[in-house]
Amino acid sequence: MRKLWIVWAAMLALLLLAGCGEEQKKEEAAEATVEEVEVVEEAADEPVTLRLAMDADPVSLDPHVQLSGGMLQYSHIVYDPLVRWSQDMEITPRLAESWERVDELTMRFHLREGVKFHSGNEFTAEDVVWTIERLKRSPDFKGLFEPFAGAEVVDAHTVDIKTKKPYGLLLNMATYIFPMDSEFYTGTDEKGEPKDAISKTGWSFANVNESGTGPFYVESFVPGQKWVLKRFNDYWGADRIGNLEQIVLTPIKNNATRVAALLSGDVDFIMPVPPQDYQRIEDTSGVQLISMPGARIITLQLNQERREEFANPKVRQAIVHAINNPGIVQKIMNGKATVAGQNSPEGYDGHVPELTPRYDLDKAKALMEEAGYADGFTVSMIAPNNRYVNDYKIAEAAASMLAKINIDVELKTMPKAQYWNEFDEQVADIQMIGWHSDTEDSANFFEFLYMCPNKETGYGQYNSGNYCNPKVDELILASQTETDLEKRAGMLKDAERIVYNDAAFVPLHWQMLSWAGSDRLQNPGEIVNVMNFPYFADLVIE
Amino acid sequence: MFAFLIKRIAQAVLVMVIISVLGFAVKQAVGDPLRGITGIQVKEAEREALREELGLNDPLPVQWWRFMTQAAQGNLGQSFYYKKPAMEVILSRAPATLELVFCSSIIVILFSIPIGIYAGVKPNAKLARFFMGASIVGVSIPVFLTAILLIYLFSVELGWLPSYGRGETQQLFGFWQSGLTTRDGLLHLILPSVALSSIMLPLFIRLIRAEMKEVMETEFIKFARAKGLKAWRVLIVHGFKNTLMPVITVGGVQLGIMIAFTILTETVFQWQGMGFVFIESVERADSSLMVAYMVFVGFIFVVVNTLVDVIYGLINPMVRITGRK
Repeated sequence: MRKLWIVWAAMLALLLLAGCGEEQKKEEAAEATVEEVEVVEEAADEPVTLRLAMDADPVSLDPHVQLSGGMLQYSHIVYDPLVRWSQDMEITPRLAESWERVDELTMRFHLREGVKFHSGNEFTAEDVVWTIERLKRSPDFKGLFEPFAGAEVVDAHTVDIKTKKPYGLLLNMATYIFPMDSEFYTGTDEKGEPKDAISKTGWSFANVNESGTGPFYVESFVPGQKWVLKRFNDYWGADRIGNLEQIVLTPIKNNATRVAALLSGDVDFIMPVPPQDYQRIEDTSGVQLISMPGARIITLQLNQERREEFANPKVRQAIVHAINNPGIVQKIMNGKATVAGQNSPEGYDGHVPELTPRYDLDKAKALMEEAGYADGFTVSMIAPNNRYVNDYKIAEAAASMLAKINIDVELKTMPKAQYWNEFDEQVADIQMIGWHSDTEDSANFFEFLYMCPNKETGYGQYNSGNYCNPKVDELILASQTETDLEKRAGMLKDAERIVYNDAAFVPLHWQMLSWAGSDRLQNPGEIVNVMNFPYFADLVIE
Repeated sequence: MFAFLIKRIAQAVLVMVIISVLGFAVKQAVGDPLRGITGIQVKEAEREALREELGLNDPLPVQWWRFMTQAAQGNLGQSFYYKKPAMEVILSRAPATLELVFCSSIIVILFSIPIGIYAGVKPNAKLARFFMGASIVGVSIPVFLTAILLIYLFSVELGWLPSYGRGETQQLFGFWQSGLTTRDGLLHLILPSVALSSIMLPLFIRLIRAEMKEVMETEFIKFARAKGLKAWRVLIVHGFKNTLMPVITVGGVQLGIMIAFTILTETVFQWQGMGFVFIESVERADSSLMVAYMVFVGFIFVVVNTLVDVIYGLINPMVRITGRK
């Protein structure tokens, strides 16, 4: 027993010592700020590091495994596309220096010379052909690359990309072509599997090895914990690059923890920023908030097949007029969203300036009266609770707004893992969906959300409103093969006007994109864009 | 004792089977794993093909039986998200959780015993009352709130301690990623350990206090004092030793609660342990990883409870005797 007593005392003493150690450290920390300047000069051999915290990390090293924002962000760091969007939504050259139309099915790309992959292999037209073939094999990307017939090598640095029909969005899609090192991925791995296998759930060579042409290569990664990306010294754009030598990426899922990590100086850059913390970050010295209007529209779909009331355009109009979307943006989104009246955000070809938001409660009541539903009715509604910014709060607000025109809403919210199957089964009369166009073009909204649902073609896959208007289908199908972009934009604008006048859906707002970083970052506002693919290679850091 | 062990093991196996069945029942409810691993614009036909490939279209009993036969060989299935065997994912995260629980336990033991004894012996002292009041507050605040308060106070406002993660870790014995051997790792341990112990500490203080109060009024304490033994010896050997029984019992029972709170603490601190992986697997509907976690934790539970029973038998021979009857 005496021994126990001694052990216990010793442990307590240790703990206290540890505490004292802490005390000392604090004092040191206080002094450190004074001496920091000298320390920085001494530590010149420390790589210039960006400590980056995101809500999730890439799911794999293989860019073709999953079509998601996170994987595309990764692709832009480790790979380079043929072309990419600039901040002002212009297509700019990357691995392709220039391009021209050969005929209405073919576009010729002149590739940059002297580009090296991380493996040391030379980048040639072969790699582009190989990559497009692989994209057409990937379960996630094959849909996007359906219009493509393939590519042909003209010479080592010239490639022809061919489509099955005339296709106006060929260049938009070229932003998805991140050439992979065909030599590196050819052959069999140690398990006897082909190195170019695409595996979503198991081990594959490409899931754990990469060779791209991008500004950074993956030095080490522990999924879900820590990624170390190092500057690639043979990068083709090495002379026009920011000064980052290393990116340490940590996923921090919890919003409050992610913000705290930035405020306490544990990380330098976070994405995304929860709206409730915008003010705090703006008010804190030493950190900066960067935000820009996004292109993801949040909408409600009114199911016309489940409810005869919704088949009546007057009722749909009434609902659109009853939803106070400026109020939702002000109260729920802290003003950090753009009120919407249509799908296409400003800058898209289909954007029509005069299609403005329509909140007008008196008009909504009048319309309900006209339609013969002054007494209202009861509907069911579902929304996700962890997919879009404040999604369940928006749904609750919409439900209370509909109560003002005597529509009682039975709302159910659920996590996204369950939500999409329920959405597909159309279990409720009103369903929430947000959409960001993969092609950065208006037609994509219609193809998925408003064209007549068709299992064969896959059009209207997320049209749970069952809105079906042959005129809209006609316009969108025509736009797909229209290569005169002026004419094409006219068709998309017409389609936007039709769904607006039909009140095909309830537009709420476009989500804002937000990032926050420490003041050490010199130009974070220049590296971000509306697709939310920060170009970290261009970042300058103190 | 042998018969007692056999009985316990049979019980344990039954419990494990029940847990696996429950896991499979929950599996369907968390959602569709395919939604988590495919982009939104992928055609349903593609998803269906993958589902077929992964055997997710088979009837549940068939899936369960496949799981059980594989589990018997030590294979708990494949995590869809991590693209690795689920067991490998869980085992690689176990050290993080165990170190966190270990540090919290040390804090609980070091503080609850002296404070509990003191408050038990001098229940009316001002300091004792203060401790009791504070322990009520400690029990009442949810762990995730305590955690966020700690982060804001010590990381954001004061900047003393790191706010998330495990910091620098070292590989020990080739598989154990330890944060106990580096200064940075230890600093990262402080806040999560304190947050996790905030639930257990008050509970044990109150428990030891109540037991101490009771024991100190017994005849043999008076007798020990009358014999002229040193005061601390009376307290520790005659008093505290006799409070250990209920404390160990409760400690064993509290393990479940500890695991539950580990999940919360790990989530707030982005602590890469098993609880964190579990929450993520639920969110992503990575169902095979989720079931694997439930089975794995169930296994630990059963083992610990069995051990507590055995230790109990060692401390108190009465238990074994009743066991034989």
